[in-house]
Amino acid sequence: MKKTLLSLKNVSKAFAGKTVLDSLDLDILDGEFITLLGPSGCGKTTLLRLMAGFEQPDVGSVTLSGHDITHTPPEYRPLNTVFQNYALFPHMSVYDNVAYGLKMEKRPKGEIRQRVDEVLAMVQLQDFARRKPHQLSGGQQQRVAIARAVVKRPQLLLLDEPLSALDYKLRRTMQVELKRLQRELGITFVFVTHDQEEALSMSDRVVVLKEGEVQQLGTPREIYERPANLFTARFVGETNLFPGYLDSVAADTITVDILGVSRKLQKPAFAVRNGEQVNVLLRPEDIRVLAPEDEHGLPGKIVERNYKGSTLDSVIHLEDGTEVLASEFFDEDDPTFDYKLGEPVRVSWVDGWEWLLPVELEPVAEEAEGLVADA
Amino acid sequence: MHRVLQQPFKTAVLVLVWGWLLFLVLTPNLLVVGASVMTRDPGTFISLPLNLDAYRQLFDPLYLDVFLHSLYMAAMTTLVCLLIGYPFAWSLSKVGKQRQLLLIFLLIVPFWTNSLVRTYALKLILATNGLLNSALMPLGLIDEPLKLLYTEGAVIIGLVYLLLPFMILPLYSVFEDLRQELLLASHDLGAGRLSTFIHVIVPLTLPGVLAGVMLVLLPAMGLFFVPDILGGSRNLLVGNVIKNQFLDARNWPFGAAASIVLTVTMAFLMFAHRLSKRRLGEEGG
Repeated sequence: MKKTLLSLKNVSKAFAGKTVLDSLDLDILDGEFITLLGPSGCGKTTLLRLMAGFEQPDVGSVTLSGHDITHTPPEYRPLNTVFQNYALFPHMSVYDNVAYGLKMEKRPKGEIRQRVDEVLAMVQLQDFARRKPHQLSGGQQQRVAIARAVVKRPQLLLLDEPLSALDYKLRRTMQVELKRLQRELGITFVFVTHDQEEALSMSDRVVVLKEGEVQQLGTPREIYERPANLFTARFVGETNLFPGYLDSVAADTITVDILGVSRKLQKPAFAVRNGEQVNVLLRPEDIRVLAPEDEHGLPGKIVERNYKGSTLDSVIHLEDGTEVLASEFFDEDDPTFDYKLGEPVRVSWVDGWEWLLPVELEPVAEEAEGLVADA
Repeated sequence: MHRVLQQPFKTAVLVLVWGWLLFLVLTPNLLVVGASVMTRDPGTFISLPLNLDAYRQLFDPLYLDVFLHSLYMAAMTTLVCLLIGYPFAWSLSKVGKQRQLLLIFLLIVPFWTNSLVRTYALKLILATNGLLNSALMPLGLIDEPLKLLYTEGAVIIGLVYLLLPFMILPLYSVFEDLRQELLLASHDLGAGRLSTFIHVIVPLTLPGVLAGVMLVLLPAMGLFFVPDILGGSRNLLVGNVIKNQFLDARNWPFGAAASIVLTVTMAFLMFAHRLSKRRLGEEGG
């Protein structure tokens, strides 16, 4: 499982003078489900096309199991692609679409038949073999596209936003199905998406990309709970950001002043000094909404309450105007749980649930927010 | 209210369209069919009784030869148009949008000049002391003037010149619709350039090829003024036969029968075109 299958070294790519990938390094491990996540224009699709061989890097190299394939044409690479809009051949039946890759390998007829039938059964389309792509639903076309790619038993399957054209419910079903397929086939999946929820729920590892550079590479949990920077924190899930001023620094704790309230926090991994500012990040589900009498916490008032079924989401305006998002699970035994709009409250969190980041140049953060809105 | 206002307009449009088709398409064609089964009459052009003599005359070796030779020249024209038009349309679809518009514009510009005039212009180029020969002779490429005019080749050159745009435009349209993703998918699945061309590009552009063939082959059998100007007496088209029967020989039934052969050929080609489109699922299916 730990062996590197595909490796990109120092890869750069520009289109018409515009840099899309900038000296990027990435190792993809054998058998993993890795997701390239980022807003549109971050270079994730270009990265995938470099792996598939549809593009060649301006600088850098691509190696597969130790062999340099940087300039190998796609037809000689033992990996296959599932295209965003499926790219099924409209003039061929489902069977012929799936058989195409094997015919190109000049496999014997009997073997082709057996392998195509097998893979069509796996994606539950054995009864549709004679149909043309335009006679299938979107979800069925998607499954043909996957079948057509995996029938060649590639070492690596590249999936370019394969679920983006499907409606929400079908997308959820296909997410589960893809995970099942990946487990059964044992093929390495490289999955491209701009949907952070999809990335977190499906992947073994996630690569967060922005403007052609890797922002963070880690397990979904690392990405979500310990984002490497503000961009990742804001792109992956909702985030509350508080400015914190360091009052004192001890051996493994620091005292931080957050909007006038002093809290003792764990010392972060990066270097901190007295008087410096840090960003204190909290996910909405880590926020606790307390009664106004409570002495711990920042005072504010409720401006929005959204019932979400399993959670109750609130927006709280703090006294200085900072907006805080809170997402709480229901506690039906707690009579004080529900607050009315405009009601004064205090917000706090359990010690140790916060995540600290050094202060970055602000324009970067603003841009990140704009990109989230686009996606 | 909305529907009441809409209905008279809809009715008027339908009446106009159907009326047009009835009087200007169906009626003339029925008249031609009618004329083809009547008897030749020196006074009134056609008269009763009804018979199939005109169709029998089509198989007269003399005319059969003309038809076959005409079909051969039309087929050569279509083939040359296809061989030039296919790569032309392909590369046209690959250049930038701005340049594409310019090239299509240039392709259409000759239409502004009457095709008869353009055919005479071609005659000046191909003639024994024409532009082509007087350009090639001083260069030493040829020792004596090429005999170009009044040959089968001249007719085919003339037809290709006039009809090439009708091959390129439908082909351009199918190449424009050809999704690059499909070609990438083909390579991704292990197909080289040649396999991709045979298995993906050709089948997907076939409707355009058939549309182009339809637009070239039929007119290439009918453009009688091209052999009149460039071909001399031995390189006749079906169109010349039809024209001669109506205007010179005054044998209307035979001229009508000959033109019905063209109509039937056209219908057959249209049917094939429809089939090829349906295979791609572009129509109903």
